[in-house]
Amino acid sequence: MKRETVLSIAVLVALLALPFAGQALGHPFYVTLATRMAILALAAVGLNIALGLGGLVSFGHAAFFGIGGYAAGIVASHAMNAEPLFGLNLPASMPLAWIMAAVFAGLAALVTGAISLRTSGVYFIMITLAFAQMIYYFAISWPAYGGEDGLSIAMRNGFPGANTARPVDLFLISFGLLVAALLLFWRLRDSRFGAALQAARQNETRVAAIGIEPFPIRLAAFVISAMVAAIAGAMFAELNRFVSPSMLAWPMSGELIVLIILGGTGRLAGPVAGAMVFVMLEYWLGGLTERWQLFLGLILLGVVLFARGGLIGLIAGKVRHG
Amino acid sequence: MSTALLLEQLLNGIQFGVMLFLMAAGLTLIFGVMGLINLAHGSLYMVGAFACAAVAAWTGSFWLGIVASLAAAAAAGAIVEMTVIRRLYSRDHLDQVLATFALILIFSEGTRWVFGSFPLYLDIPLSLAGAVELPGGLHYPLYRLAIIGVGLLVAAGLSLLIARTRLGMRIRAGESDREMIGALGVDIGTLYTIVFALGAALAGLAGAMVGALQSVQVGMGEPVLILAFVVIVIGGIGSIRGAFVGALLVGVVDTLGRFLLPHLLAALIGPSQAQGIGGALASMSIYIVMALILALRPKGLFAAGS
Repeated sequence: MKRETVLSIAVLVALLALPFAGQALGHPFYVTLATRMAILALAAVGLNIALGLGGLVSFGHAAFFGIGGYAAGIVASHAMNAEPLFGLNLPASMPLAWIMAAVFAGLAALVTGAISLRTSGVYFIMITLAFAQMIYYFAISWPAYGGEDGLSIAMRNGFPGANTARPVDLFLISFGLLVAALLLFWRLRDSRFGAALQAARQNETRVAAIGIEPFPIRLAAFVISAMVAAIAGAMFAELNRFVSPSMLAWPMSGELIVLIILGGTGRLAGPVAGAMVFVMLEYWLGGLTERWQLFLGLILLGVVLFARGGLIGLIAGKVRHG
Repeated sequence: MSTALLLEQLLNGIQFGVMLFLMAAGLTLIFGVMGLINLAHGSLYMVGAFACAAVAAWTGSFWLGIVASLAAAAAAGAIVEMTVIRRLYSRDHLDQVLATFALILIFSEGTRWVFGSFPLYLDIPLSLAGAVELPGGLHYPLYRLAIIGVGLLVAAGLSLLIARTRLGMRIRAGESDREMIGALGVDIGTLYTIVFALGAALAGLAGAMVGALQSVQVGMGEPVLILAFVVIVIGGIGSIRGAFVGALLVGVVDTLGRFLLPHLLAALIGPSQAQGIGGALASMSIYIVMALILALRPKGLFAAGS
């Protein structure tokens, strides 16, 4: 096996072991921490499809993450109050919230992506950011679902065969989603679609010259990426039992990019390693000092300037071009 | 709704636009010359506002505060350029985004460390307090008119600097071919530091002037930064003229949208719903304008090199 494959499996096993080790050692809080890692990693795996494979630096994925969060919140609150949604009395079900999250985020990504992908490079970064802000301001000023105050989830949506109020069950669901997303990423990367997507990142002109139009491929990647991020957002809202416009705000987009670069851009397990280290740092620095953001900033700066290729790159070496 | 009220909102929009121009001009210069996307530009705006508020509170003079804001922002810009930004020019945009995102964290938390979490307040100088009567009987705050004046002066000065001076010539040369101007013996490192400090000083000035209208607090720079991005995307990255037109467009559309849309919708769907929907639509209006402009001209209105 390649070093990176071994490392990917090791990272996943470590994440799976963390909550159980925490419980055994008498730190039940580690379950929540590990769930947070798995969910942020899921969002980052989604973003990695657009960013890592397609080279599309989206600075607006918080919008899709937040749309997912609102989908979970809206499903839960309608079921709670027995109010019909789209004229139907829907159950408080997690898979239903995921479908809603994916559909709405996919539609939003289709529209904003179609406009944003007319541009490239730094324009693309700024436009995705601007569209995300637009959705953020919409969420703030739209009074129906809490507006600026956000929306509480009194009771988590259910999942067949699990008790979602139990932290371990919630972790296992999140972990399962993460593994599914990693499989999707892996299959996509090695498919014809993935090859075309990566080729368009490396040289757009040549891809066009051999008769593949980059635009629809990129748009599809952008939409898939948004859908995965939205499902992560739905789980994030379930974990916190709360969704607010801050989930849609630009620092969240920045955080998702940070997770990827910290772990290693375009690497399979990069986002997972990035999310684990990021949540650990957040927790550890937050316990040490009130000024943890300052030190987080310094660490990130150090990673960008001196550790190119991220953590996976440090351990497994550069991506091999074969 | 009277003409005077509409005129007042229009002037507010222009004042907002002029302030956005001060931010956008620096961003677009830095991108045009160095090819760098700088998320920390909003932090320099915040540095200017805090420097102005602190010095004005200490000396009692708003004008010394303005001088301090220019000096502090330019110094912060120069230091950041020499220590961090310089290493990023050859990197891709992704690294630039992440590094300048880290700078925002450092600046914000550092400022909170020095000044605490509570907002500072900055008073409008006495000589600019009060209102003036404009033709048509409208009373408009003198301070806001002064901001418009300063913004227009800076715009004129900047276009003279770029078009008529040796420094401006080098900046333009740096935009079109950086290897060549380096080969011709211009110290490109110093030029980059100067451009970065200049952009930072403009952001600091904007922060200081707006600080007297709003409160001075950590995180004040980022909303403005994102609007400045919209401005330079609309105007065309690298173009000062584009930044000016884009800034006025965004300022006026945003201000008038917030004012007019609820009124217009009230006539259509009744006042109770119009407030919510109108507000939501108004906050989206500039992004819709941006999307429309990009759909027609993907490189912005005044794209450099077209």
